[in-house]
Amino acid sequence: MAKEDMKISKDKFAPAILDASLGEAIGKPSLNFWQDSWLRIRKNKAALVSIIVMLLVIILAFVGPLISGHGTNEQDLKRTNLPAKIPVLESVSWLPFDGTMVRNDGTVVDVYEQKNIDEYFWFGTDSLGRDLFTRVAKGIQISLYIAFLAALLDMLIGVTYGAIAGYFGGRLDSMMQRVIEVISGIPNLVVVILMILVFKPGIMSITIALAITGWTTMARVVRAQVLKLKEQEYVLASRTLGNSHSKIIFKHLLPNLAGVIIINTMFTIPNAIFFEAFLSFIGLGLSSPLASLGTLIDDGFKTLRLYPHLMIFPAVFISIIMVCFNMIADGIRDALDPKMRD
Amino acid sequence: MARYIIKRFIYMLITLFVIASLTFFLMKLIPGTPFSTAGKLSPEQLQIMKENYGLDQPVAVQYAQYIVGLLKGDLGISFQFNNVPVTQLLLERIQPSLVLGFQAIFFGTIIGIVLGVISALKQNTWIDYSSTFIAVLGKSIPNFVFAGVMQYYIGVKLGWLPVLFWKGWDYTIMPTIALAMFPIAITARFMRTEMIDVLGSDYITLAKAKGASSFEVAFKHGLRNALIPVITVLGPLTVSLMTGSLVIEQIFAIPGIGEQFVKAITVNDYSVIMGTTLLFSFMFVVIILIVDILYGVIDPRIRLSGGKK
Repeated sequence: MAKEDMKISKDKFAPAILDASLGEAIGKPSLNFWQDSWLRIRKNKAALVSIIVMLLVIILAFVGPLISGHGTNEQDLKRTNLPAKIPVLESVSWLPFDGTMVRNDGTVVDVYEQKNIDEYFWFGTDSLGRDLFTRVAKGIQISLYIAFLAALLDMLIGVTYGAIAGYFGGRLDSMMQRVIEVISGIPNLVVVILMILVFKPGIMSITIALAITGWTTMARVVRAQVLKLKEQEYVLASRTLGNSHSKIIFKHLLPNLAGVIIINTMFTIPNAIFFEAFLSFIGLGLSSPLASLGTLIDDGFKTLRLYPHLMIFPAVFISIIMVCFNMIADGIRDALDPKMRD
Repeated sequence: MARYIIKRFIYMLITLFVIASLTFFLMKLIPGTPFSTAGKLSPEQLQIMKENYGLDQPVAVQYAQYIVGLLKGDLGISFQFNNVPVTQLLLERIQPSLVLGFQAIFFGTIIGIVLGVISALKQNTWIDYSSTFIAVLGKSIPNFVFAGVMQYYIGVKLGWLPVLFWKGWDYTIMPTIALAMFPIAITARFMRTEMIDVLGSDYITLAKAKGASSFEVAFKHGLRNALIPVITVLGPLTVSLMTGSLVIEQIFAIPGIGEQFVKAITVNDYSVIMGTTLLFSFMFVVIILIVDILYGVIDPRIRLSGGKK
């Protein structure tokens, strides 16, 4: 029926220009790998939102301690266990930011009035009167620090190991593969716990423990890619021109692996954050007075019934960070992995 | 096939041996003694204590005794519980952990598969988006956070389910949900991709062309083929369950192996730590082996060979 209604005027048609030289013309500016990937990430709304939220969280982590006016370990027993109170938001009745607390018998008390405190503690205070906002901000800093350090070590060890195994091949490769096979057979939980038992618990031992167990996936992926890439003509050309092995690996092969390496690193980050929080939660991670999100959740958990805010705030932030990093990692994988392209 | 299984079995033994040795020597490096009253003991008394537990002998002898004991299934004696053998201690506590683990993986994978199939069939609708959202949350939110929040709101505030302990089936519900979140998330996402992949293949088009109903196409032709690769995620899931059991058992005060392990760490009970480590590793290695072999048996497209690639 649409056919009958539609009348297309003749002037909309014009003969095509048959010029062979124009057939090969490129209509739009060509994009390199990174520009193309950026276009893809921009189309992925979830990843984009996650990047923005993550930036905000990072800003909060570094600016927070400066604007709160309290130190991480500043104790004051006159203001212990205050609930959260934020200016402006305190007048919104359904938000828990009005400085009141519901007792177990159902009565509502304004703790700030009771203790005669005029100051606002945005996330409340803990059992020693320390400002929770400052501590959460500091905790995010530590979690991010551990995550990036673990990712970096993972990248260094995994990429080097994988590149060497893949590039040189032969007996060396099969030996190195056997080592990986044995190591990846050991559950990483066990390795991490043993490492932390032997070394003193702390940021460094957590990072080292994560690095020891985390690199095998990276090494496998890099090795497989190098095996494929080393047969390419440009490697042969480079070798014919007399370049050393290390130059070929680092100058020619690794830049071509950037996508795979970035994808793998991005998935290490949320893993490392989770493991740090997990270890701190079972009492093997950082210890007081250092505050990571894991230790804060562990502390808050002990008084969950009386002062739920002590656990809720760090828990919300670790969840936001984990969701964001997972979404960003997914987005980057979709953007960089040629197999995932639609 | 047989060659492959033998090869994998040998690897398994090597891995277990490496783990056992590693655990032993790392334990020897730990500072501090396992005797809680070490400070109050005179050197002579300490010497007697050490002789009692065989700690006065050279490390090499201790190592040999340890390995021989392992082969006999003897994991040593616990330092904290009046000389109870570790094997017995673990056996007493394995039941709650196993029940919890099986429930979590059973319900987790089934819910995950259902969610994944639904979102693959209703691609890019609100059903798909909300199931993806659940999956992202389940993958991202640490299970101890989830357990704590659930314990507070469902257990304490609403009072629907018991908050702590291990006294009946209703006590297992909350810990199971907390543990199952990760399996649900992983299987749902994996299942969705697999199912979309399968639904786009030629034999599905053929089945449709022959006039099979959409239900038949989805479940008889699609699901069966999409299910095979899901077996591969069982390995990582077991690991997550072991990690999870440590915190979940502690949070819900469940007398399982995980809770025992965390306690042993805080009191330096070497032999329990070593025993649990070995048990975890053993379960992990065996499950990985079973998964790999199952995968080869079920999917004829995968050819297993003992030779080099």
